[in-house]
Order: sequence, then C-alpha cells, then structure tokens
Amino acid sequence: MAQSSQAADGLASIPALLQRNATRFADKPAYREKEFGIWQTWTWSDIKREIDDLALGLINLGVNEGDFIAIIGSNRPQLYWSMVAAQSVGAIPVPVYNDSAAEEMAYVLDHCGARFAIVEDQEQVDKVIDIQDRLTLFEHMIYLDPRGLRKYDHHKLHQFSHVQEQGRAARDEFTPDLEARQAKLTYASTCVMLYTSGTTGKPKGVVLSNRNIIESAKSSCEFDKLALGEEVLAYLPMAWVGDFIFSIGQAYWSGSCVNCPESPETMMTDLREIGPTYFFAPPRVFEGMLTNVMIRMEDASRFKKRLFDHYMAHARRVGPAILDGKPVGLMDRMKYALGNLFVFGPLKNTLGFTNVRVGYTAGEAIGPEIFSFYRSLGINLKQLYGQTEASVFITVQPDGEVRDDTVGVPAPGVELRIADNGEVFYRSPGTFESYYKNPESTASTKDAEGWVATGDAGFIEPGTGHLRIIDRAKDVGKMEDGSLFAPKYVENKLKFYPNILEAVVFGNGKDRCTAFINIDLQAVGNWAERNNISYSSYQELAGHPSVLDAVQKHVEEVNASVAQDEMLSGCQIHRFLILHKELDADDGEMTRTRKVRRRIVEDKFHDLVKALYDGSQTVSTKTEVTYEDGRKGYISATLTLRDAKVFPIVQGKVAAE
Amino acid sequence: MNALSPEGYVTADGRKIGGQLMEMKNITLRFGGVKAITDISFDIREGEIRAIIGPNGAGKSSMLNVISGFYVPQEGEVWFRGARRPQMKPYEVAQQGIARTFQNIALFEGMSVLDNVMTGRLNNMNANIFSQAIWKGRAEREEVLNREVVEKVIDFLEIQSIRKTPVARLPYGLKKRVELARALAAEPKLLLLDEPMAGMNVEEKEDMSRFILDVNDEFGTTIALIEHDMGVVMDLSDRVVVMDYGKKIGDGTPDEVRNNQDVIDAYLGVSHD
Repeated sequence: MAQSSQAADGLASIPALLQRNATRFADKPAYREKEFGIWQTWTWSDIKREIDDLALGLINLGVNEGDFIAIIGSNRPQLYWSMVAAQSVGAIPVPVYNDSAAEEMAYVLDHCGARFAIVEDQEQVDKVIDIQDRLTLFEHMIYLDPRGLRKYDHHKLHQFSHVQEQGRAARDEFTPDLEARQAKLTYASTCVMLYTSGTTGKPKGVVLSNRNIIESAKSSCEFDKLALGEEVLAYLPMAWVGDFIFSIGQAYWSGSCVNCPESPETMMTDLREIGPTYFFAPPRVFEGMLTNVMIRMEDASRFKKRLFDHYMAHARRVGPAILDGKPVGLMDRMKYALGNLFVFGPLKNTLGFTNVRVGYTAGEAIGPEIFSFYRSLGINLKQLYGQTEASVFITVQPDGEVRDDTVGVPAPGVELRIADNGEVFYRSPGTFESYYKNPESTASTKDAEGWVATGDAGFIEPGTGHLRIIDRAKDVGKMEDGSLFAPKYVENKLKFYPNILEAVVFGNGKDRCTAFINIDLQAVGNWAERNNISYSSYQELAGHPSVLDAVQKHVEEVNASVAQDEMLSGCQIHRFLILHKELDADDGEMTRTRKVRRRIVEDKFHDLVKALYDGSQTVSTKTEVTYEDGRKGYISATLTLRDAKVFPIVQGKVAAE
Repeated sequence: MNALSPEGYVTADGRKIGGQLMEMKNITLRFGGVKAITDISFDIREGEIRAIIGPNGAGKSSMLNVISGFYVPQEGEVWFRGARRPQMKPYEVAQQGIARTFQNIALFEGMSVLDNVMTGRLNNMNANIFSQAIWKGRAEREEVLNREVVEKVIDFLEIQSIRKTPVARLPYGLKKRVELARALAAEPKLLLLDEPMAGMNVEEKEDMSRFILDVNDEFGTTIALIEHDMGVVMDLSDRVVVMDYGKKIGDGTPDEVRNNQDVIDAYLGVSHD
C-alpha cells in the first residue's frame, strides 16, 4: 500500500498531512455535505484553501499559539476545517458536545480557558452568550449560520465567512506568521483536547498529541487496509474521540472522503445515498436499524415475509462462514447467492450498507443476535475496544476472527496487561499525554512506565489471545455471600431484548440482585399497537400489566442463562420494576454518550431500591425531571414490583459463557 | 393613538419599519343581511408583523380574506403599494406578491412535501405544456431554478428529513410548517397567516414563533397574522388590530392594546350592574 512506505517524517501534524493531501490528492473529494438537497463537494485543494483562509482570519482576530478554541456544533465540514485551522495557528481545538446544557458547557469552556469559540448556529451562540459572564478568558465567537443573528451585538461575534474573507484579504501580511507557526508543530505538540463524557464526576480534558493521533490513524488504516477512495459518514458527536480519529485522523492519513449528513434526522437517507465503505456505529444504531427492519417485515405481505424468513435462516447458518472465508458447500453457496439476489442485496441497499467493506461497533456490548444478523448479510461488522485516553484503539478484531463475545486482539503497537484484580491495562503510541490541569488524575490513571488503567475488568482468553471485558472494574463487587457481582454482564443480557432499552442491576453487598428496567418505547409501543393495548405515555405503557408480564419473561430467561455460569450465577435477578421515566442525560442519569451513571441512579431512586428489598408489592414515588430547555418538573407514579423466578446453579461450567 | 409618520417607524427592538404596504379604507363586508365587517380602516407597513385579534366570530378571518382578495367588500377601498386594488382573481393576487396559509390546512395530502412546496412556485413557471412534457430547454431550466428556491425554504424551515414524505403521513404541527413553506416558496411581499399556532403544543408554538420572526428578519417579509394565543401575539407582533363583532375596537402596539379598556372589556366581559 502506498501510505505504509511513507516515513512519518515531515508529517508530524494534521496541517502537514493537509499540505501533503492538497498536492497529492488535489482533485480528489475530501468533504461532502448535503445542502439544499444536493451533495456539495470540496476537494483536498479546496479545503486547503478554506482552512488557510480561516487560519489567517484567526490570526487576524488575535489567536495566539497555545490558545484553546472551543468548537461546538453538529458535523459540518466547516467545523472540521475549524479544528485544522486552529491547529495551523498553533491553537488547540476543543470540540464540545453540541447537545450539552449551558451548565456543562460552562464547565468545559471555563476549565480549558477558551478564548475563542467557533459554533454552528444561533442555538449554540445563545448558549455561549448565557454563560459568557462566567468565563474570564473568553473573547470572540465565530458562527457558521447567520440565521436569526442579524440583530445580535457584533462586537465580539463574527460570521465564519467574514473571518475567512478578512483572512484572505490579509494573506500577504499574515502568511509568513502562519507558515512559521505551522513549522513549529511537532509530533509532541498537542493535536486536540477532548473531554471525556465522565461516568463519574466532572469531565476530564484528555490531551492528545500529534503523535497519538497520527500513529493511531496510521496503524489502524494499515490494519484495515484503508486507502484513498474510502467514503465515511460523519454523524457521531464531534466531541467524541472516535469521530476525531475517523473523520480527521484516518481521513487525513488515507485521503478518504468525509460525508456530512444534511441534518441529524436525515442520517438514514444520507447513509443510503452515500453508501460508505467504512462505517462506525455504536450498538444502539445497529439495534435501531434492525428493529426498523423487523417492524417493517411484520407489516410486509405474507410472501415477502416468508421469503425473508427463509433466506435469513439460511444466511444465519452459512453467512458468517462465507464472510470469514471458511469452507462452505457449493449448494449452500448457491442458495446464499440466490438469497443475496432476492433479500440480502436489496436489504443492504436500503440500509446503505451495500459498499461497506469494514464496519465497526464499540462503546457497549452488542447483542449476539444483532451482531450475527449483520454478519450473515455479508457485512463485515467487527468489534473494537477503545477509549479516549488511547486515541480509540486498544483491541480490534482482525478479519476472519470476529466473534460477538470478545473485543479482539491488541491493536498494532498496543501492549496489554491484566492486573491481579482483573483490571485491564494497556500501553501504546496512542496513549494520551495527560489530563489537562489535573495531575492527580493523570498520575492515578497512567503510571511512570506509560501503562494506563482502563477501569474495565476483563481477561485474555487462553488459546485465542482475544480480550473479553466483563464489566467496569469499579462496578464489579461482591454479594453478601462473597460471590462475584458484575451488573453490566446481566444488564447487557437484558438489553439484548428489543423490548428493554436500559437496565440497572443492584446487589453489591446485598444477599440478592434486583433491577430497574426501562422499556423501549418504539418496540413495546409497536407491540402494544398490534395487541390493541392503548396507552398515552411512556409511564402508562411501562405500568401496563401485560408489559410487566413480557418483561418478567425476559428477566427469567436471563436468569436461566446467568445460572449457567458458575462464577456469576449469584447475579440472578430476584425482583424488578419498570421505571416510570426513561433515564435521560438531561437529568444527569446518563452520560451524553448514553452510559448509565449507576451511583446517581441509585441515589436518585433510593426509595425504589429500598422497596425492591423490603418486599413491598407497590411503591409510590415522585421524581424531578429536567426538560430540554432546562426547566424542571415533577412526575409521580405508583410502580408495581415483580418477583422473578431464579434458577439453581449449574455446576461445572466455565465462567466464559 | 397611531401617530406614525408616513415614512415608517422604528420598533422597540430596533427594526426599521417602512411606509404603507397596504391600506384598508372604511371596509364594510356583508353576507346578505349579516354585517361581518363594519367600517374598518387600518394599514400594514412594509416589514412589520401585524396581528389581527379578537374573540370568536369577530370577523378576523373575513378581514384576512378581504386582504387576500378572496372577499370583495361592499364598501371601502383596499390600497396595495400605493394603488387602489380592483377586484381580482386569486391568481392575480398571488402574482402581486401575496401568499397565505389556511386555518384548516389546505395541502395536497397525497403529494410529497417537496411537490407541495413546489406548487408555491407555480407563478414562476412559464414554460408551455409541450416543453414541460419533453422536459427540455426552458422547462428544465425553470424547474432547476425553482427547485433551488424551494430547497432554500426547506432548509430554512428545517424540514429536510420529510422532503419526500407524503403530506398525509405527517403530524399536524409539521403540516402547518409545510404550509408555511409553500407560502414562502412564492417569495411573497406580504404573508398572511391564518391562526398559524392553532392546535399546537407549547414546543411547536415556540418553533413556529421562531420561524415567523426569522422569516420577517431574514427576508424582510411583511406578515399579517390572525391568532388566538395572546401570549404569542403580544410577543411577536409590532402592531395589533383588535376586532369585536365586526368592528375595530383597538389598534396599536401590544402594550397600548393591552391597556385599552374596550379590549379588556371585549375579552374579559363587562359587568352589567
């Protein structure tokens, strides 16, 4: 492959990679965005010009080396350019979750001491103006979309295109300065700062150097043979490390094209139009797609339904083997080819997966059925395990060694170690520099030799060398009788049922386990519709006796499967309830990346947890909820508690099921 | 009460409002023996958001229909852009740059959102039926230009995700937005909105208010609207006409109207002791 022969010398920063791409791939597409119903394309030489103009404009505005520039908005090419323009002038881009409430944004902007912010539209401008008074260092804001902003005070507010125009006008004056600043960028200089979503406490600013990003991008591109001509869809939050690696790191390294959807709501349509070759999605996206397919198949004609069921059954049997290149009989292959003609091909086309060569999922465990569904269609979906501190990659699944229960082997350049308590440690070129302004956390996470604690408990499977993650290390506990308590393990099994959106299992230090359940409004609502159950709200549906029955069945099935595992059989769920509200990031119950904040949930609903253990049949509660605009309200409810059947422990099985 | 200079005025939030765009002079409208509107005069100025309010049956919708040229008043004159307006056909009114939305949504239910909004460009399609049929030359050029305008409106109202969805499948709040899109596609000078917020929840009302303000701000479109929700009217409009039983009982800025005793009486009732 062309790239692997290049020495990383001279390509020590993203602006340097841009320079290379602008000459080498000049007329190849770099970014696309659907606007006004049409895909607009910018080539590598176009974006070099755009980024230079902006960089000059930033110098004109007074950006100094080492300044922090907050980038807030959804995936727009201009915001991606802003990151690279910031790097070009020696500043550090700090992408911020665009759906964060003003309060969360204030913390991040204040913590990094941002002097500038580049934001998408009026919504974000308003948020920053709201918190501006609390930010001592904050000076100027640049916005992309001028709509609704005409009447705002423009002393410290600038339109993106005007900043570029001013930069263009001052080209001769500032170009030497810009070039000098770019020349100073090395492998060791900071590439980007990303705030972790923070399942515990305040977000931490992870400082990633050019070395981290470029080395990670380079080795992962080589691992999956990504090269010029790849198409990726940029739709995940820009503040998330994965998006930075996929849409900037790997895209700049391999010269692939980043496609930005028209709006978050049109993502599925845009996905189909683009047909990416390299696709990443968290499990919930794959799950949502599968649920949609299944719902639509329920409504399809009998003939179509039978055709679908028949060929899908065959695909489940032989599809993954064909994908892995294992021997499969000729008849089976021919039948699979027919299935491809009638079912899989059109289905993949509808989903937008026709061209996908490599697909990844990570962040959470993916249900085995969901995973095998996509693989049996012939989509090369794989799992990886990573975190912000590692510039994403810790372990990945190589082609041909893909399984639903492991997260793969160490990524190129990564060393792995399991501590005595089961916690996973790694060391790699992608390992972060430090947490910004937080030496204590840095020291407690990364030791002097560069080993980083992941906070996850897991083990390396003997024989295959694949890593298996059990749970967050701090969540793993002991039951009263000393048996292992791994809530995530059970929660994941529950969440694999389409009806169950979230589950929170309690039981650390207790004599038995109990659970909170969130139902999936779409799946259960659809089921309710087909069974003539009327409901007006989530709360009403969640309290319906037949819904409780259905969930009870799922819980008991999970108990039966947990009982198979000697090590974890103590985690069977004895009692459960269905929560009267969906766990929500706005209420602080989840992170912005939709991970449950266990402690907060336990604290907030302590009366419900108590009821689960004191044997009462119903419990009344009142809960505060926060609306999207920050207003607060209360909902009260009476919840029914259910007992679930538990199963005797099956002896003699290994912990690995 | 209404000492406005003929050249225009400046609103509380600093927007410059121009001279008269439309003037109603002593309008009286009768349906047989029923007087729907009695001797009403007021004006609409360029760039302003003008509301017509009043209790049920006050004659608001009739007034809007007079403005749109659908009803012809028995007495009085309608002046538009400095000229007296003769009796007109609806399409002639549209050609003058007046577009409207309806209280009861009037979209083509079976057509997609895009096609519905494209109908707003009807007056900008001049190609003859033959060139339309073979889709060459003028017809194609026109369609491309018109589509561009329509796409900008779709982007503006943030309805990209339902571009290809048949209108019948949309919820009420979105249908209202599609109607607004169709009206905007005509690039009107004067936009008439008949109860744009009727039947909406708080969130949808907030969205719609934002769009109305943005339309006015971005395109400088003059807007005349009828609305029941007092909170919305008082927040949005620059000047308000209040009607009751077909008569004008108040006219002025929201604050003036709010403190007008006749208006208070009409809305809250008068004690009869």
